Formats: sequence, C-alpha cells, structure tokens
Amino acid sequence: MHCHFNIQVMKKLTAPGKISIVLIMACIAMLWFKPMWRIDLRAPQYPEGISMQIWIDDVKGDVAIINGLNHYIGMKTIHKKDFVEFLILPKAFLIFISLGVVVLFCNRKLIFYLWSGLFLLISLFAFSDFYMWEYNYGHNLDPHAPIQVPGMVYQPPLLGYKKMLNFEALSQPDVGGWFFIGAGVLLLTASVYEWKKNKNDIRLHASATASVGVLHESV
Amino acid sequence: MLFQNCKMKNTEAVVEGDAASKVYVAPGKYDEFYNFVSGGFSGQVSVYGIPSCRLIKVIPVFSAFPENGYGFSEETKPMLNTTVGYVPWDDQHHLELSQTNGEQDGRWLFANANNTPRIARIDLTTFKTVEILQIPNSAGNHSSPFITENTEYVIAGTRFSVPLGDQDVPISSFKKNFKSTASFIKIDKDNGHMKLAFQIILPGMNLDLSHCGKGPSHDWFFFSTYNTEQAYTLLEVNASQKDKDFVVAVNWKKAEQYAKAGKGKMTSVPHAHNLYDEDKQKSTSEIETEVLTLDPKDCPDMVYMIPCPKSPHGCDVDPTGEYIVGSGKLAALIPVFSFTKTMAAIQQKQFEGDFYGIPVIKYEAALYGEVKKPGLGPLHTEFDGKGNAYTSFFISSEVVKWDIKTLTVLDRQPTFYSVGHLSIPGGDTKKPWGKYLIAYDKITKDRYLPTGPELFQSAQLYDISGDKMQLLMDFPTIGEPHYAQAIPASMIKDKSVKFYDIMKNHNEFVALGEKKTKVVRTGNRVDVYMTAIRSHLTPDNIEGVFVGDEIYFHVTNLEQDWDIPHGFAIKNNPNAELLIMPGETCTLKFVPEKQGIYPFYCTDFCSALHQEMQGYLRVSAKGANTPLKFSTGVIASAEATK
Repeated sequence: MHCHFNIQVMKKLTAPGKISIVLIMACIAMLWFKPMWRIDLRAPQYPEGISMQIWIDDVKGDVAIINGLNHYIGMKTIHKKDFVEFLILPKAFLIFISLGVVVLFCNRKLIFYLWSGLFLLISLFAFSDFYMWEYNYGHNLDPHAPIQVPGMVYQPPLLGYKKMLNFEALSQPDVGGWFFIGAGVLLLTASVYEWKKNKNDIRLHASATASVGVLHESV
Repeated sequence: MLFQNCKMKNTEAVVEGDAASKVYVAPGKYDEFYNFVSGGFSGQVSVYGIPSCRLIKVIPVFSAFPENGYGFSEETKPMLNTTVGYVPWDDQHHLELSQTNGEQDGRWLFANANNTPRIARIDLTTFKTVEILQIPNSAGNHSSPFITENTEYVIAGTRFSVPLGDQDVPISSFKKNFKSTASFIKIDKDNGHMKLAFQIILPGMNLDLSHCGKGPSHDWFFFSTYNTEQAYTLLEVNASQKDKDFVVAVNWKKAEQYAKAGKGKMTSVPHAHNLYDEDKQKSTSEIETEVLTLDPKDCPDMVYMIPCPKSPHGCDVDPTGEYIVGSGKLAALIPVFSFTKTMAAIQQKQFEGDFYGIPVIKYEAALYGEVKKPGLGPLHTEFDGKGNAYTSFFISSEVVKWDIKTLTVLDRQPTFYSVGHLSIPGGDTKKPWGKYLIAYDKITKDRYLPTGPELFQSAQLYDISGDKMQLLMDFPTIGEPHYAQAIPASMIKDKSVKFYDIMKNHNEFVALGEKKTKVVRTGNRVDVYMTAIRSHLTPDNIEGVFVGDEIYFHVTNLEQDWDIPHGFAIKNNPNAELLIMPGETCTLKFVPEKQGIYPFYCTDFCSALHQEMQGYLRVSAKGANTPLKFSTGVIASAEATK
C-alpha cells in the first residue's frame, strides 16, 4: 500500500493547481497593503462613527479616541507595542508565501496539501488568539473604574454586531481580510480539485481511498 | 462585496408631519413662552421665544457686556464688585423664576455665579440685573439659586468644599477641615432684596443640585450630593467608588426657628452686596460683614441623609410634592423617594447609621420605587403636571418619559447630542404648563453649518402635548445652557417697561433738558452733563479739558418714546460705549493721555440724521490755559477761525 500511497500523493500538481498557488500568494501579499479586520463603533454622540483597523503589523484608525473613552469603564488601552502578534504574524505569513515557492518547485500534491494545512493552522491560531484577546479586553476591567455596571462585560464581537451600553459595535473583515479569506477559499477549492483529479484513475481508487483517508485525517 | 464593508444604520430622527407649522410664528405675531436659558461660561442669561426658538435677548448678569456698557458705565460697574474687587466674568449655571404659592409669578429671575459665588436677581419688567449678593464660606456655588415655594428663601450650596474663613491647611486635611455650606438667603417679598439669613455647615462633600418641597413637603429642601467618599484629588475615580451617595434633606423651617432661637454662631466673613437703585439710576456696592452659621450638632431634627445611588446629579420634586427623584449620573436606574415614607422613617428612627452625626435614613424606608433600565447617565427630571416625568440621559443621549406612579417608561426620544438639562414651562413648579419640552445638549458636532472648531451648543424642542414626544425643532444656543425656565409670555409681556419716565429720573447727574447741560471742573475731575435727543448731543463742542483729567460723560436720553435709545462713545477711550434708554442717564469715564481733538458720537442708529449726531472734545496739554467752553450750535465769527 505504501507504494500506492507514494504514487498517489507524489503525483504532480495540475496546471490550475499551480496557478492557484501564485494567486494564493498574491492574496496573502495583500495583507501588507490593506487592513485585515475592522471594528466600527457607533454611539448617539458619535454621529461620524469611530473605526479601528487591524493590520498585519499595527492598529490604525481612531485608536486614540477609543482609548480615551474606554478608561471610563476600566478597559485597557490599545497600543501597537503591546501586541506580539504584530511581530509574529508578518513573519508567519512571509514564511507561508516563501513556502509557496517551494510547493511550486516541488510540484507534488502532498506538499500542496501540507501547505494548505499550514494555512488552516495559521488561521485557527489567528482567530482564536483574536477571540482570547477580545475576551480579556472585555472581561479584565479596572476595579476602580468610574463607571461600573454590575455584571456588565465589554467583549467586542468576534464577527458581527453587538450593543454594549450606548455603543454599537460591528466587527468584520476588511479588504485585506477578504483577500485572506479568498486565499483560503482558493486553497480549499484547489485541494479538492487536485484530490478529485485522481478519482478518474480506477486502478488506484480502492487503495488510495484508505491512504487518502489517513492523509485527510492527518491534514 | 470584496471592496465594501457593512455599515451600521444611522438613527436619524425623522421629523414628522406638521412640525414646521408648530414652530412657525408668523411675522408680527408673538411666541407663546419666554424661555430664560442660563449662559454657562458666557456669564449671561439668554432669552428665547418658544416655539419659534428665536433668540430675543441676551441679559448681561455676571460678565461685563461692552455692547450696552454693563460693567463699563459708572452706574453698573459696582454690580460686578466683590470682596476681591471688580470681577469681569463668571460661570452662570442655573436659573429660577420667582414663585407664589408654588406657581410662577413673573416678578424676578434668580441666577447663580459658580466661580466667585454670587446670586443675582433680574427684574422682569426691565430685564435688567438689579441685585447681586456674594456668598461667603462658599466655593463652586453650583447648588443654587433654588427657591422655596413662596420665594421666602433662595439657597446657595457649595460644590467645592473649602475650609471656613481663610484658614491655611494642607489639602489632604479635607475630611477634617473642609466643609460644605448650604446658605439660605431671605427675599423681601415686596422689593425682592436679598439678605443672607443663615448658613448650615455640613461635612465636606460636593452639593450638586437642589429643589424645595411643595405642598406637604413645603418645609423641606432636598440637595443631591456626591463625593461623599470625600476625595480631594482625581475625583473622576475617587469620587465614583461608593455605590451610594446621598440626598440631603433639610428642614428649613426648623433651621429658621433655630436661627431665631439663637442656636447659631455669628461669624465675621465679608461679602459684597450690590444693589441697583431704579430711582437714583445707579448701583452701589456695600460689604456685609456677618454671617450666622448653624451646626447640625446643635440643631437636632434639622438635617437628614437619604442614600441615593451613584453620584446623583438632579434632585427633583414632582408637582404634588410627594415624590423626590434622584438622578445618579453613573446609575442605570432612577430612584424615586416618597416624602410620606421619609417622614415616617424619621418618626420611627429607621436609620442605618450616621454621616458625621447626621442620621442616615434606610434606603428602602424612604424609597417609593425605582425606574428600571430607563437609559444611561440620568441627569435632570421635570414634570408635565399630568403624572409624567421626563428625565434627560447624557450617555445614551435621550429624553425618557415615564409614569411617576407606575414607574414605567412610556416613551423615549434621541437628542442631538448628549442632553444635559431639559426644561418644561413650569416643569419644576406646583403647576407645570407642560406642552413643550426643550433639551439642551452638550455635544453639537454636525447639527448645524460648521463654524471652525468652536461651536455653539445645540438644543431641541419637543411637543409633549400628546402621548408620544414629537421632535419639532433644532436650534443653537449661546454660551452653555445648564438650566432653563420657561413662563407664558402673557405673564411678563404686559408688564414690560417701554421707556423710563424722565420726571422720575433721580440720577445725581441728570440734565433735565438742554438748558440744564453744563461742564463742571472740580480739581482734575470734569463732569459733563450732556443730553441726547434726535439728532444732536448737547454740548457737542467742549474745550478746556487737559491731559490726565478724569472726565465723566453723564448722558441723559431726553426721548420719551418707545425704542429710541441713544449710544455714546469717544475716540481712543480704553472703555466701552454707553447705551442709554429713553429717560435714562448713564455715565462713561474717560482719561485722555494725549492732547488732541477727540470726536464722540451716538452709536445706536436713532434717526434719519443719526450720522450727524456727533461732537468734538478738545484736550489741551496739562497746564495750558485753554478756557473751559461748551456749546452746541455756536459758530465762531470769521475772524476767530483764522
């Protein structure tokens, strides 16, 4: 079975598959040019709206205004230097893109699937890290804050709309984030495409099912 | 989708239906109500017509007003005198119209000064500030000028606790040395004259706002207080720690009795008392020297504390006098206290300890109920006389209507933006007129055309005659309104003085007619007795004054007709102008520093030949032997002009 396994995944990538690698690398590269995520705030006394954009290596927008407001309810202030993520993420994605060159050069499905797996890992880490940060930000309040509403927490939404006191918050991907999601979609589509392109070969199908099943789980 | 993000909907208040017709006052017609609005840091009081929301007048009270010479003319300078001399500005926060039997009577308007503690009384027949009393042992005169139902007293409470007298103590000795005071100023019911009757000395804390009881609670005054944590630094954090501060209930009738019975201590604290005499047409400033203080320790049953959640601001009594509404600006509910229950709790001694010896009534014993989840940051409450209360919410930027008996929220309307105070005509009296509600906001931003970084404050007018509030109008206000009072126009407009009777002008320097004009020298003081009538000044040629002379122009407006003021100004005078009403005499001081010819003229467009209303003052060098000459219409012979 081992040799069949080798044969299957050591198959070369299809042409569309190879093109997708380049597209995916370009999508990820957008993160250096556009913010990943945005949180928009609205309150009756802020008709102009307040906004914060999270980039791969910075927070931009009305951060100073948000910091000024948050001290009333005891929330920590937001500063770029407090986020080790802004050092890790750029490096992680740079490695990911470089690996894309490797994938292209190796031209093997296995390497491609591994590369997709790496993407999934990075995404899961990024989102759960973001959620944890938002949880701490909204729960760990200064006990001496001027405004204390018993039982109230201010965890911003991970995605979507939430109202907290007089503020409405909307959390969603920004342009760079959409490209990132696009890259993910492309990766998934390309992986499925690459996998399906083997189904036509009936001789390998039976044994491949088992090995791909193993591979699928390990990915 | 890739290049657009979702946006949250804007909550634009839609102005419905007939709003425009409800605020349109046709040319030639009058507004229904006078709305007296405090000017905040402008130091003045503004007057708006409701419902048109048009600015009708700015009444100068605590800030010098060069526009009409208030604080610049010799007759009005003493109004701004204090124990530290002439103070040209103050922060005017609250207003109260005089009442008789709990109803507005249209006689006087009282105004407080926050910074150099004072209370002013404005005469509503002339819209002039006629009396100012300085408050001793006070700082941050914020909880002021609230009155008893029959205008027996006006009170002044301190926002900033300070040591009494002028002791020099460390700031950290706040708890031991700093006191707050509640001053009771007696009002003469015939002429309105103010006199500081007594002061109650209370522990150091911040007194915020106050209202007197009505009807059954007539004998009591209620003050909201915050910073009972007794913080003296970083109050933002340190004065927000306790779950509850207090409403201080003072039985002023008892206090009055104690004062009479000699339970008070006479202390020597100078304070200025300035009075404008309508007859002599000038103001005088006297320094009063004594104040009677009462200590709650010597006066049992006079002061009680009722716990009130989270740094209360407003302290409002409903028209029946039974319900007292405390608005905790950091609270998420509105506590409503019952006067009957409070009295019962005192009788039955239902106390939970004391605050520096003052009994603290149990919260539940005094509480009628709480309005739950009304909004965020309640500040002020007023009433419409139909059993409804209206509270302003600063943080959630809205006005909320609720039923007093059932404590349920009936309606809410957004304000633009962050409303501070709201005003209903008669809304804090026994007999509210209702009909309109005006919200005065703290944040303007995009409501009107932008005018650079410094913006006027904004205000909204609502129709509250129906079940739901209806937004009618949005208008900018001068200064920063903190409080307002509205009264039906009919109660004031027919008593409004049109012009002064010149035969009743007893100004020391009046010139009753052109024949009585003259220029008189006494040492280096020169008094010019001048008259103004369309369209000339008499005298309009004056010679024989010298550099360094103290010249006083006393200008009498001889007109006896409606709306014919004359103005007066002279070139290179580091002073303002005069605006003289018909039948009035006003005085402007001028000390020339250089020789030369100084033109003077009428500054208020009074007639077709207003441009011709001018004159010349010849100032000669000191020691010159120019004879003193004055005239109008005298033309020198051809020989003399060469």
